[in-house]
Amino acid sequence: MSRGFVTLLYKEVLRFWKVSFQTVGAPVLTALLYLMIFSHVLESHVQVHGVPYGAFLIPGLVIMSALQNAFANSSSSLIQSKVTGSVVFVLLPPISYVEFFLAYVVAAMLRGMMVGVGVLAVTMWFAPLTFVAPQWILLFIALGGGIMGTLGMIAGIWADKFDQLAGFQNFLIMPLTMLSGVFYSIHSLPEFWQLVSRFNPVFYMIDGFRFGFFGVSDVAPEISLTVVMASFLAVSAATLVLLRSGYKLRS
Amino acid sequence: MDAMSVAVAIDRVEKRFASLRALAGVSLQIAEGEFFGLLGPNGAGKTTLISCLAGLVRPDAGALSVMGHDVVTDYREARRRLGVVPQELVFDPFFSVRETLRIQSGYFGIRKNDDWIDEILANLDLTSKAEVNMRRLSGGMKRRVLVAQALVHKPPVIVLDEPTAGVDVELRQGLWQFVRRLNQDGHTVILTTHYLEEAEALCGRIAMLKQGHVVALDTTRNLLAGVAGQTLQLRLAGSQPLPPALGARATESDGNWIFHLAGLDEIEPLLAALREGNCVIDDLRLTQSDLEDVFLGVMQNSGSAHEGGR
Repeated sequence: MSRGFVTLLYKEVLRFWKVSFQTVGAPVLTALLYLMIFSHVLESHVQVHGVPYGAFLIPGLVIMSALQNAFANSSSSLIQSKVTGSVVFVLLPPISYVEFFLAYVVAAMLRGMMVGVGVLAVTMWFAPLTFVAPQWILLFIALGGGIMGTLGMIAGIWADKFDQLAGFQNFLIMPLTMLSGVFYSIHSLPEFWQLVSRFNPVFYMIDGFRFGFFGVSDVAPEISLTVVMASFLAVSAATLVLLRSGYKLRS
Repeated sequence: MDAMSVAVAIDRVEKRFASLRALAGVSLQIAEGEFFGLLGPNGAGKTTLISCLAGLVRPDAGALSVMGHDVVTDYREARRRLGVVPQELVFDPFFSVRETLRIQSGYFGIRKNDDWIDEILANLDLTSKAEVNMRRLSGGMKRRVLVAQALVHKPPVIVLDEPTAGVDVELRQGLWQFVRRLNQDGHTVILTTHYLEEAEALCGRIAMLKQGHVVALDTTRNLLAGVAGQTLQLRLAGSQPLPPALGARATESDGNWIFHLAGLDEIEPLLAALREGNCVIDDLRLTQSDLEDVFLGVMQNSGSAHEGGR
């Protein structure tokens, strides 16, 4: 990898880190509020897979926050630089489209992981957590962040205005992440909605991620990994095709 | 032009945006060390041409190269040799001036570039602003940072796309002094500007574009030699008509009579004819013909069927 790639990655990380109060601190606080409210209301009534509700909820909140912020990172960076015109600074240098892709996606993954670690650090004191298989935890948060960072790139490249991006975020990313088993096991859903959930790739990210904590899940983690890997490859290929064609970046 | 000395080669470049033919087969060669001007009215294709050279726009046909490197097939080498100062006043609001320049250096594969960055900052009178966030700079300072950004990788070819639009006189002078020095140091400079007197003072050679065609391409000296030496403008008292002998030679504009003169020796007979016709002169001005006259002449004389650029 060239120095151009390393610098673009560094710039993308520095960009969100400089406003980390808003890009890392705020989502951590939001997740903490979710946990306090839901676990207070439901803790004494609900167990999922034999796990107390508060403990069940925490991994869901960790990865949901990570996914949403990975998406937010690449999409907001691209739309901002497109709207202000400063995208020209990354289009003029000798940086290939593959390097361009990797820099934005890796930065999004890092932001997602940082938010995830932050959420975990403040919520883990509220419920008894276990870490049965940490390698799954790492794998799913990394791949999940990669998928969302890539989707963020597609949205950021496609959108010409901030409200188009907000539409993408509110009507696609939010429902996909909220209706994916963050707050419940899909086995508690009616059969129809169980079936619908199985078409949502985010469900597999969360289910596999949670397996790493408790060793139990709705589907086998190997299946989740396969679905998540395939999704990552598909969205990456689509994004690389867009970037190579110069779509909306190089007219 | 010797192949070794060509800094920028543009060969039959075409570009269409929907129904608009932005570039209709433009060919140009710019030699190393030239100070080259690209002139034309808005929408003539200047910025599109520069964007093709910089890889921001992909041409539909034709080829462009920088120092012998094709901008599409050998884009890494081509871009390393090109510094572009964009027309829009753009900046990244997250960073200070120094951070901006360090990051831009890194994009071009350069580490530890601070010595050169300090030199550019000093030359552009930005040293005291090095640690200031981009958002807090005035428009003129942001413009200078854009120039600095284009120079971090010491490109042999520098393109300035209307760099002095909306810039105050003092900064404009300073900027031109700096760019002129870069040119004297051997950099090839390509300039687009709306200020024709700037192009006249700076550029050794000029191409004029209209509707995607090159309609004039020559040294500044030859272009100026193509128009009459002086223009005499006079106003007669009481809206008197011109004597018939002179009427055919003059054009009228806002009550002023304009004569194009080949030389100063034409003035005396002209004044004599006015005296004979009992004309009283209210106001009289003599100006040297300049690039504006050339520009207007070229733009008027080139219809939509163009000869140039083929």
